[in-house]
Amino acid sequence: MNNLPPRTLFEKIWDKHVVQDEMDCPSVLYIDLHLVHEVTSPQAFQGLREKGLIVRQVGRTVATADHSVPTTDRSLPITDSMAANQLRQLEINCREFGIPHFGIGNPHQGIVHVIGPELGLTQPGMTIVCGDSHTATHGALGALAFGIGTTEVEHVLATQCLLQRKSKTFEVRVDGQLRSGVTSKDIILALIAKIGVGGGVGSIFEFTGSAIRALSMEARMTICNMSIEGGARAGLIAPDEITFEYLHGRPFVPKNAAWDESVKLWRQLPGDVGATYDTQVILDANKLEPMITYGTNPGMGIPITGSIPTLESLEDDSSRRALARALEYMNLSPGKRLLGHPVDVVFIGSCTNSRISDLRAAAGILKGRKVNPKVRVMVVPGSEQVKRQAKQEGLPELFRAAGCEWREPGCSMCIAMNGDELRPGQYCVSTSNRNFEGRQGIGGRTFLASPLTAAATAIEGCISDVRTLL
Amino acid sequence: MEPVNSFTSRVVPLPNENIDTDIIIPARFLKITDKANMEQYCFHDWRFDSAGKPRLDFILNQTRAKGAKILLVGKNFGTGSSREHAPWTLMAFGFRAIISLSFADIFRSNALKNGLLPVELPASTCSELFELAEKNPAMELTVDLASQSVKLPNGRSVEFPIDNFSKKCLLEGVDQLGYILKQEKHIQAFEQAHPVTVPTSQLQ
Repeated sequence: MNNLPPRTLFEKIWDKHVVQDEMDCPSVLYIDLHLVHEVTSPQAFQGLREKGLIVRQVGRTVATADHSVPTTDRSLPITDSMAANQLRQLEINCREFGIPHFGIGNPHQGIVHVIGPELGLTQPGMTIVCGDSHTATHGALGALAFGIGTTEVEHVLATQCLLQRKSKTFEVRVDGQLRSGVTSKDIILALIAKIGVGGGVGSIFEFTGSAIRALSMEARMTICNMSIEGGARAGLIAPDEITFEYLHGRPFVPKNAAWDESVKLWRQLPGDVGATYDTQVILDANKLEPMITYGTNPGMGIPITGSIPTLESLEDDSSRRALARALEYMNLSPGKRLLGHPVDVVFIGSCTNSRISDLRAAAGILKGRKVNPKVRVMVVPGSEQVKRQAKQEGLPELFRAAGCEWREPGCSMCIAMNGDELRPGQYCVSTSNRNFEGRQGIGGRTFLASPLTAAATAIEGCISDVRTLL
Repeated sequence: MEPVNSFTSRVVPLPNENIDTDIIIPARFLKITDKANMEQYCFHDWRFDSAGKPRLDFILNQTRAKGAKILLVGKNFGTGSSREHAPWTLMAFGFRAIISLSFADIFRSNALKNGLLPVELPASTCSELFELAEKNPAMELTVDLASQSVKLPNGRSVEFPIDNFSKKCLLEGVDQLGYILKQEKHIQAFEQAHPVTVPTSQLQ
């Protein structure tokens, strides 16, 4: 043990899961937990059937319906026949292959990256995959978690293993203290604005520093969730007392003596003294403001009081073309401020910001206030459990009294596959993770921001600085 | 999977950087449960207007794109989602290689598993190719996997990186699953040392 060179958290998890390492071949990596949803799995199950294979470890696999599910009254039939078919197909596949499935009506149903941690399925030191790029979310608990394609979903279903090459390590160090009105969403948006959407390609982020240590578990999930928006397949945060406290008592974590034993092992996961990273970026939490995006990728972000960059301020032709195209799509002008820009819709939800703490944060701003009547405000809890908790706290009534829609759990307008979508030309402040062209509906225009900024914008009817309402 | 080796084709230049997976295939088309008829979705919202009519000013609707196997794009192609529908639809359109300065990690991995070659070339070569393709729409390039090279019209060859394992799988046209299945005894040994403590099925 003492002969090993100092290792980072990522390297420790990696080393522990290598099944086989042959010359000139990628490593065979064991996967502790495979999360499955309706969109990226049907062709993988079909592949198993065609090859006569079974699911190797049903006890390490769990499926939920999230992307295509309606967020309206679930007792009604699904009107979109393709969505209905896809959801039915997941149910059929899970039954045929013996996989636990949380479909519509199941008390555990929810966005795959919300239910993993809340059920305690996600644990420190694990390897976790899902056919979904936001699998990075689970890294907040100190698990190596990343998104895979459908061919790889089939590989994991069949073998519980994946062929992988070791990524580079990239430390994102955030020291200092976040000011009032600034959240973990603003940290990750600031990082991506700094390094760009390709900045982390080939790397795994590890978020360190006093500002990260001070964050709640759910706030950490928001940061790791958007690692992929910075180009990194995974984002990690070393487990600590906050992690253990969050996990304690959740359905799938070990109990009693086994719990104590697990915590002992988890405490050994953080990187060794002297462990080094291939790259490092430092952010000063004290200087961060609420962030908002103005363009069509998550790297096009500015502090809320800032201005959209001018073409002249950019270094190369390619970036200038990208900015010009993004602003044409967004119908915005270079050099202008976003504060005061009218919006049509506010969306509070998604695997980035639909957990109970996100809803509480938005509710804290909306309490006793009314949303601007010109704005449609959708609040979509991340899971049935989040919905139940919110009900216990009276949040649905609070949101409704303010003039918001309170909906059923799912991905909803983050990916706009289920009928929750913007109309062409509409502007939306969204707590989700992607502002790509058409992401929230054909021709829809997305500003990414935190739940606090979203709530403030809902009240004012235009892009607003939440700090004026605190 | 069809083996990949050498092919010569016209090039479709699309200089945008950070072309994301939602541009390659919008999410609303991900409700399919098979891989059939995917050509129609490729770059859908750039190819078709709201009435479904082809936008003639978009290069994929122009004559030069017909039958072209090589797409030349700006850096960080395929950023965004893990959807393998992206390489599926690009291949259904006819592409066999994407040339770029860089690729998003998951896109690259997905492309390699489907026989779509992510060809990473240096910035100077990418710029040169954009210029050449601009000047001469009929320009053809030869992509050769065995020698890991792209042959330019002037006869010069430029090498691109690819890991030996993926290269071998592509040249032979075999799925990587076969390799993992052969590791059975190692997987069994690993599983014996790491049993499942709380199986997911307990929540059913």
